[in-house]
Amino acid sequence: MAELLGRLGHTVTSKIWRLGFAARFFAYTLLHSGTALRRFGLTVREIYFAGVMSLVIILVSGMFVGMVLGLQGYETLQRYGSSEALGILVALSLVRELGPVVAGLLFASRAGSAITAEIGLMKATEQIAAMEMMAVDPIARVVAPRFWAGVISMPLLAALFSAMGIFGGYLVGVQLIGVDEGAFWSQMQASVDWREDVLNGVIKSVVFGVAVTWIAVFEGYDAAPTAEGVSGATTRTVVTSSLAILALDFVLTALMFTGGNAR
Amino acid sequence: MASPSIVEIENVTFGYDAARPALDGVSLRIGAGSVVGIMGQSGCGKTTLLRIIAGWLKAGSGSARVLGERVDKLDSAGIFALRRKMGMLFQFGALFTDMTVFDNVAFQMREHTDLPSDLVNDLVLMKLEAVGLRGAARLMPSELSGGMARRVALARAIALDPQLMLYDEPFTGLDPISLGVIARLIRTLNDSLGQTSIVVSHDVQECFDLVDYVYMMSPAHIVAHGTPAELRRSQEPFVGQFVRGETDGPIPFHYPAPPYQADLEALGHG
Repeated sequence: MAELLGRLGHTVTSKIWRLGFAARFFAYTLLHSGTALRRFGLTVREIYFAGVMSLVIILVSGMFVGMVLGLQGYETLQRYGSSEALGILVALSLVRELGPVVAGLLFASRAGSAITAEIGLMKATEQIAAMEMMAVDPIARVVAPRFWAGVISMPLLAALFSAMGIFGGYLVGVQLIGVDEGAFWSQMQASVDWREDVLNGVIKSVVFGVAVTWIAVFEGYDAAPTAEGVSGATTRTVVTSSLAILALDFVLTALMFTGGNAR
Repeated sequence: MASPSIVEIENVTFGYDAARPALDGVSLRIGAGSVVGIMGQSGCGKTTLLRIIAGWLKAGSGSARVLGERVDKLDSAGIFALRRKMGMLFQFGALFTDMTVFDNVAFQMREHTDLPSDLVNDLVLMKLEAVGLRGAARLMPSELSGGMARRVALARAIALDPQLMLYDEPFTGLDPISLGVIARLIRTLNDSLGQTSIVVSHDVQECFDLVDYVYMMSPAHIVAHGTPAELRRSQEPFVGQFVRGETDGPIPFHYPAPPYQADLEALGHG
């Protein structure tokens, strides 16, 4: 029993210690972001790998999610004779929730895992150590550009996801099922509020971008320098990021769309 | 060894955990311009000692003075400043895999200097010429053999003409030709650039042919030191076993274990 308690205590304290280390790592990354911002080419290169290389999965997924929303939304709305409201349903679902959340989950799987694996392998092959030996801070040179690239890419990807989703909903709702095109677009235009809906969606995607990229760079930097260590870190990035996105989404939704802000 | 000291380690103790010290009361002195070998079997603390010299690890007790600085007392900014005067060749090169050979060698010049690109270009080609790989400047690390990668890493390590070069197992995994090339380059670069070099290795013949002086370690201690010729003549059992590669002696063949019979019986009943 005592041994079990001891092991439990050790697990809990080591988790708390690691969380503290992750927080210090985050602060250190922010403090040493000068190089990433001053030599913006380094960050642009990482935006290409994290953002541009994620475009295919984001755009295709966005299109299919929008198409499904179109089908399911029409099915429900036409029961109440309000199928013209399909545009509002598709747009609000995507801009407020599905755009940031699903794009965030896809970003964690596609770009987050790649960032972790790359930094972890750099550590395993002593590239990080070589950089330190050359008096170059790897946090400033390797971690910060990737962090900022993720933070910049994520809202752009979420916006593209939502845009493609709306287009997918339009294809299914208007072109396939025959919902009135004018009603689809005009109701969407009239009901989607810039500040309440679009801006809040953008804020969510920025928060998710910070969370996912922070987790990804930390897990990579903290990975044990072995094949097993890098593989475990990559898995942890996807799992932790996904849970963080869903938990943060609940908190942000509660703050943004309830109480006085309820529509 | 009467030249001024570049590295002075005094009674250094270090342990990754309290139960097993990796270094216990280690002292050594490395004079300017020399090539010094730190030798011993795997896990005896050679790389730990190298890491203390490079400022990666802080000695638990004792003092470590490198290029005139107490490396065990420096903060991270001080260590980075000191490392600009050092170069290190890692065991497997540690080249940046997303950069060409040229960019790898140019890395430090671009990070630490404002040299115009024409000058960086000339300097990189000079360094690559010194290791015989000017023609490989545009290749990626994945296109290089193990020996070539090690030579590029050497060109990168000497990019800013360091005063002190650290070599961590530079001969591991190399074919005899590449090994000879690396050994010759270490000596030539040391002498022509006026460096001081520390070679951590367990390759006896290659190291003895290359270095001026050897410190020999058994777990956590320095057990012998001298010129290669002195160590070859040494009657010390440990030195004899290591130099001649005998399987048993002061370094036992068997890892510590309970009596064989007791283990067999325990397994039989388990």
